[in-house]
Amino acid sequence: MDVKIRKGVNIKLKGTAEKLYADSVPCTDVVLKPTDFPGLRPKLSVKVGDKVKAGSTVFYDKDNDVVKFTSPISGEVVEINRGEKRKVLEIRIKSDGANQFETFKQGDPGSMSREDVISNLLNSGVWPFIRQRPFDVVANPADTPKSIHVTALDTAPLAPDYGFIVHGQGAVLQAGLDALAKLTDGKVHLNINGNANADEAFTSAKNVQINKISGPHPAGNVGIQVHHIDPVNKGEVVWVLNALDVLTIGRLFKEGQFDASRSIVVCGSKVNAPKYCKTVLGARVADLVKDGVEEGGRFISGNPLSGTQVAADGHLSFYDYQLTVLPEGGEDRFFGWLPYLGFNGFSLSRTAFSFMSPNKERDLDTNMNGEERAFVVTGEYEKVFPMDIYPVYLLKSMVTSDIDLMEKLGVYEVAPEDFALCEYSCTSKIQTQKIVREALDLVKKETT
Amino acid sequence: MKALQRLMEKTKPKKDGKFPLLYTIWDGTYTFFFVPGHTNKNGVHIRDSVDLKRTMIVVVMALIPCLLFGMYNVGHQHFLATGLVSGANHVCDMFMDKFLFGAMKVLPLVIVSYAAGLGVEFIFATVKKHAIHEGFLVTGMLIPLIMPVGIPLWMVAVATIFAVVVGKEVFGGTGMNVLNVALVTRAFLFFAYPTKMSGNQVWVDTNLESGQQLVDGFSGATPLGNAVEGGVDAIPSLMDSIIGFIPGSIGETSVIAIGLGALLLVASGIGSLRIMLSMFVGGFLMGWIFNQVGEPGSYLAVPALHQLMLGGFAFGAVFMATDPVTAAQTSKGKIVYGILIGILAILIRVANPAYPEGVMLAILIGNVCAPLIDHVVVNGNIKKRLKRVKTA
Repeated sequence: MDVKIRKGVNIKLKGTAEKLYADSVPCTDVVLKPTDFPGLRPKLSVKVGDKVKAGSTVFYDKDNDVVKFTSPISGEVVEINRGEKRKVLEIRIKSDGANQFETFKQGDPGSMSREDVISNLLNSGVWPFIRQRPFDVVANPADTPKSIHVTALDTAPLAPDYGFIVHGQGAVLQAGLDALAKLTDGKVHLNINGNANADEAFTSAKNVQINKISGPHPAGNVGIQVHHIDPVNKGEVVWVLNALDVLTIGRLFKEGQFDASRSIVVCGSKVNAPKYCKTVLGARVADLVKDGVEEGGRFISGNPLSGTQVAADGHLSFYDYQLTVLPEGGEDRFFGWLPYLGFNGFSLSRTAFSFMSPNKERDLDTNMNGEERAFVVTGEYEKVFPMDIYPVYLLKSMVTSDIDLMEKLGVYEVAPEDFALCEYSCTSKIQTQKIVREALDLVKKETT
Repeated sequence: MKALQRLMEKTKPKKDGKFPLLYTIWDGTYTFFFVPGHTNKNGVHIRDSVDLKRTMIVVVMALIPCLLFGMYNVGHQHFLATGLVSGANHVCDMFMDKFLFGAMKVLPLVIVSYAAGLGVEFIFATVKKHAIHEGFLVTGMLIPLIMPVGIPLWMVAVATIFAVVVGKEVFGGTGMNVLNVALVTRAFLFFAYPTKMSGNQVWVDTNLESGQQLVDGFSGATPLGNAVEGGVDAIPSLMDSIIGFIPGSIGETSVIAIGLGALLLVASGIGSLRIMLSMFVGGFLMGWIFNQVGEPGSYLAVPALHQLMLGGFAFGAVFMATDPVTAAQTSKGKIVYGILIGILAILIRVANPAYPEGVMLAILIGNVCAPLIDHVVVNGNIKKRLKRVKTA
């Protein structure tokens, strides 16, 4: 199936990574952040000083204790950071360099039963890579999804090229896709890049329906793809992943262990030589950039639109394959709001001449460029929101916590990341992703 | 610039000090000079450079041609009335005199409108403890442009205060109002002080200096005012009504000046071309129907295109109906909304003898209907989603 996304925009930023791997760096420590999983109430299984192997359970979901979160490396738990009300924020594991693994079931997932596949995914801690629509949370293993969608392209600014990373790993990818095929009665959709030639590892995948997705960001968001291929209705569940996570699943079945190594991209205008980098889940930012960044940068785990800010000595998040370093803002700008002045910044709207050179790479900082206001301008979100949903009406129903209306307007189909471009282009500087996340949490709490 | 920043920082009053109003005014001034360097904390890390101030100021820029033309026309009409120039062939005679005369009449209106409106806004911002919002930047410029030149300043002040308080702030301020604030101002004056808002006495400044007298046959009525009273022959030619050297509200007479503004609004993407066009389509439709049924020579029979160029139709379509807060918000809704206003404007204008102009009322009715129109459009989307469940 071919899907053409027409609405949306690619924001071109300086600091695109070269398609080269930097020298690998030894991983000193990793961090697991329960806050990466919206709505999760973690229950720790380790305490400071415990030795763990890669694949040993570190914490699990208090509301659904089969969903486990395991250590990506072998080593020792050295620190558990807690916030208000003793909420667990971070669990830091120091590497022992020995690379010991817990062993899990190995073999062709195609010949295993559905129960075996699920328990293997759950026990190894690979399960949380599978997320669901509605609500954009970790999938519930008790559900049977109507279909599973794997996105094989990331269209966000400076995003990694999945083809480059997956290249040559077709067999591992296939093992992962075979495992996913066991989980649903419906189809597994592999949504590949229709803008350029997709890598052979994707095009030769079997046991899946291959869909070609073309168009600007957010075409790579799996939620957008689901909406156009097989939309989620009330009461239905769809599971979603990205192709790089499928590699981890594939390795579990090929090798029988939780191999959390991954290739990520280090990018952004503050990085001297943006490149790809082989590392591990939850890696330390300082290990990745060493001294290859300029002063005054903001470190973002993920892309500039939906990533999370991390400290210079922080760590990457569970789902992120991108470390972006952008210039930090903070300067008041003299008459910064005047239209049609070149130094007054890049705009998608036609109130600055930058709209005439959409392909020029920009060096954007983290300024809000204005103050928060009520909704005034109309038609702005619709330009970058490629779903058959009225985004402003949905957001207003979210702000007023009107669950009935949210259901009618399509709350089950959206995730915060789908609203990232709306938030970027918003004249009134409204925090749409935050509104969506809080509304999804509310609906989940009230309806399940 | 750095020095200004330092000076401003030095004079910064305390937010919760004795005079919170001072802080609001300081904050409004500071954010006017400097876009504050707040950074994104969660959500997106990069943001578009557009903000509400920029959006509003583009609209104000789009109004400048109308303002300048309005000033000149005020002078021109005055000198025509006093006989210092005669006939439309002499539009360029005494250029500076006319312009200065007009400016002396119009600028006080602009100043009063901004002073009254911003005063109310600052007080409300202080009471509600939020920063001043930009909505009034445009409203403050629109108000003088839709006034007759003879309106007393105190009336403008009263009406502006009424409109900002009752038309906007009671609903929650910028972005929450149901009716276009500038039109509320005009409607208030129209019904509260009808003698100063309609008739033949207010559209041309006829204050005479000693020794001057009005030329013979001077009427001072707007073309539409004449037409309602049966003087269809007195309607200026199509060309004259496009160029705009005719009596009328200050900013509404020249379709060319309005067109320049429309060009900027459409090019910048801030004004909705959809609404403008559909309003013209609606107006043309109604005008054409009347033209077909009306007896030649009657008001009904004024050609449709000519109707659109007269009175406040073009100004309303470009600057008033497109106000994003009070217009329909969905793409389909905008078309229905525009057509509805267009039809109503001509209907009221032609069919109701009490009101020589119908655009103001048509847009206000359109504003009231806009949420309903959107509701129907959004319900269509909801029904589609429900249907998907049934067929699946």
